[in-house]
Amino acid sequence: MPITAANPVISELQDRIRRLEGGTARKGEVLSFGIAEIDAKLPGGGLACGALHEVAGGGADAVHGAAAALFVAGIVARTKGDVLWCLTRPDLFAPALAQAGLHHDRVIYVETDREEDVLTNFEEGLRFGGLGAVVAELVRLPMTASRRLQLAAEASGTIGIALRRWRRPTEAADFGQPTAATTRWRISVLPSEPLPVPGIGRARWLAELIRARAGEAAEFEIGACDATGRISLSPHARDGQDQARRSWNLG
Amino acid sequence: MVVVARSGSKRTVAAVDAAAFKAGVRVGMPAAKAQAMISGLHLVDADPGGDALAVERLALWMLRQYTPVVAIDSPDGIVMDTEGADHLRGGELPMLTGLVNALRGRGLQARGAIADTWGSAHAIARATRREVIIVPVGETAKAVVNLPISSLRLSPDIVSGLAVLGFRTVGELSATPRAPLTLRFGPEVGRRLDQMFGRLAEPIDPIRTADLIEVIRSFSEPIGAAETIAKYIGKLVVELCAALETRGQGVRRADLIVYRVDNTLQSLRAGTAKPVRDVQRLTKLLCSSIENIDPGFGIEKLSLAATMIEPFEEKQSISSLVEEMIVDVTPLLDSFGNRGQRMYRLAPVESDVPERNVGRVSPIAAKLGQAWPTRWPRPSRMLARPERIEVIALTPDHPPASMTWRGKRRRIKRGDGPERVFGEWWVRSSEMEAVRDYYSVEDEDGNRFWVYRSGDGVDPATGTAKWFLHGIYG
Repeated sequence: MPITAANPVISELQDRIRRLEGGTARKGEVLSFGIAEIDAKLPGGGLACGALHEVAGGGADAVHGAAAALFVAGIVARTKGDVLWCLTRPDLFAPALAQAGLHHDRVIYVETDREEDVLTNFEEGLRFGGLGAVVAELVRLPMTASRRLQLAAEASGTIGIALRRWRRPTEAADFGQPTAATTRWRISVLPSEPLPVPGIGRARWLAELIRARAGEAAEFEIGACDATGRISLSPHARDGQDQARRSWNLG
Repeated sequence: MVVVARSGSKRTVAAVDAAAFKAGVRVGMPAAKAQAMISGLHLVDADPGGDALAVERLALWMLRQYTPVVAIDSPDGIVMDTEGADHLRGGELPMLTGLVNALRGRGLQARGAIADTWGSAHAIARATRREVIIVPVGETAKAVVNLPISSLRLSPDIVSGLAVLGFRTVGELSATPRAPLTLRFGPEVGRRLDQMFGRLAEPIDPIRTADLIEVIRSFSEPIGAAETIAKYIGKLVVELCAALETRGQGVRRADLIVYRVDNTLQSLRAGTAKPVRDVQRLTKLLCSSIENIDPGFGIEKLSLAATMIEPFEEKQSISSLVEEMIVDVTPLLDSFGNRGQRMYRLAPVESDVPERNVGRVSPIAAKLGQAWPTRWPRPSRMLARPERIEVIALTPDHPPASMTWRGKRRRIKRGDGPERVFGEWWVRSSEMEAVRDYYSVEDEDGNRFWVYRSGDGVDPATGTAKWFLHGIYG
């Protein structure tokens, strides 16, 4: 909130609203990306901890959720405590998550057959309060369910991440529906960083911050998570809007 | 070898082994006839007392392991009410197969059946050749129609009498008017038929050992409301925990048995991953499945038993201002487990074949220091089964130049590889010479895939040289 923070009246009003909303002790705690450009776009300077966030893949990744899963793994790797990962399709490859900094000893998978059970487990995990983060792979996230999840996350201070994954690319239009999530991200793959020799360099993503409560939308070109779960701003495009650079990369 | 039972001066064959059965010896045959058929037949005297003791031991083991309501179905069976407990074992089929396999591991041959009523399960388990059979709810009548009348739990005299009259199957008997049958054989025939078809309740009286910790509460007025049940569950848990505390034990399995006024009973089982003696946690676990209790006309008795207990030590929690709190997640896991969810951690397995590289371990398993090698990038999503792709590639060791997957052709811009994975002949002998060459490839849009060629591209003995897509990179 770089613009609003300058205005004392508005920041005081924001504080009052926060008090009226009944904020808890952990409210206001954030998990920053450690990159000034991204953190500046997020209210509080990072992903709010007691809140629900939504992440989806873009393009073909809306079905696979491969890049989105790694992005999420990088975020939850930087929390403390066990991570609960609720899913219906057990196709995650744990070595890849470990390479994104999420150690296999920290993740507990809860596999169910029905989508509704994932929602139930997600909420129960958030309410429990002793976990570092709770991740759920969901197809549908109705407004009511997302509000319940958001409230559960607020009450316990646990970060909740809904990893949206659809069965067909056409269903991904569902991501336009409103939910109570605090932030909403879309991660699409970009061509990897060029190397001076033949081979594949570090993966790069286009991270679109589609919605942020009390913040603005933005997009960034980022380098994929390193071994500690940290992303980096892509050296070729400091400014996320730099379309010319991107097309140069493609060529 | 045969087992010979004695009744008066008559000696009959009570059980036969496979070799004797092959030679023509059957159960119920006079022992002298069997001896005449096979020379050098090994005869063993039956020990009904010992058998009964062994069955009882087995029943107590099942009580701890499987369900709260277990009883002996004498002389040679065990009956269990699995409703409300099968979810801890992953459902009815995994539970029953697991049980039969566990018994086979102890050298016992068992056959199991799950059906709506005691009578039908008894009959089906004894009449079919299959080791495990599950009759869907409401299809009992169809399943038992063709069973022989000997499976009706009637005395041998009645069975032979019915056979003389020409009755062969349960279906024929149940289609016959009841009055003449009762006149001739007494009420037993009708009662057993009704029990089999579920028209007559047949409560299972659960076995109990002397040292089982059980607390019971009877009600002068039957109760039925969920709040009331929850209140009394809370009171029972307090009593149970007090009893456990005097013995220094914690509970791993707690069974709630609900006795209804119409002489039927229902059971709930709550399992925990570690021994527990926390009143609140146990109450919460038991109350979470309260909606599964059907009070019917009212509940007259509640009993709570700790069927499986383990030593439990109170630990003093370290209080410190700087030390990070390590939160015990087992209460959450217990709650998931009692709702029948599958929970696991993924742990490294020593294997180079990617699908064998990851193993599922219990979420409370001890944490191992091992890790996967981090030098090779791995895809974040793996296909359940590698999918065929059409590629154009330079043999023997270049990454593909283009690939077609799910009908879409992609030009490959960059590639890395090969990473050669050899077959594990100690797992499957057909993998003796098998080889896979894995490549990471990236198409024009930046989508990255993990593909492999079966074989090394030169020697046809190592594989078919077909290409497969195995994983998707993030």
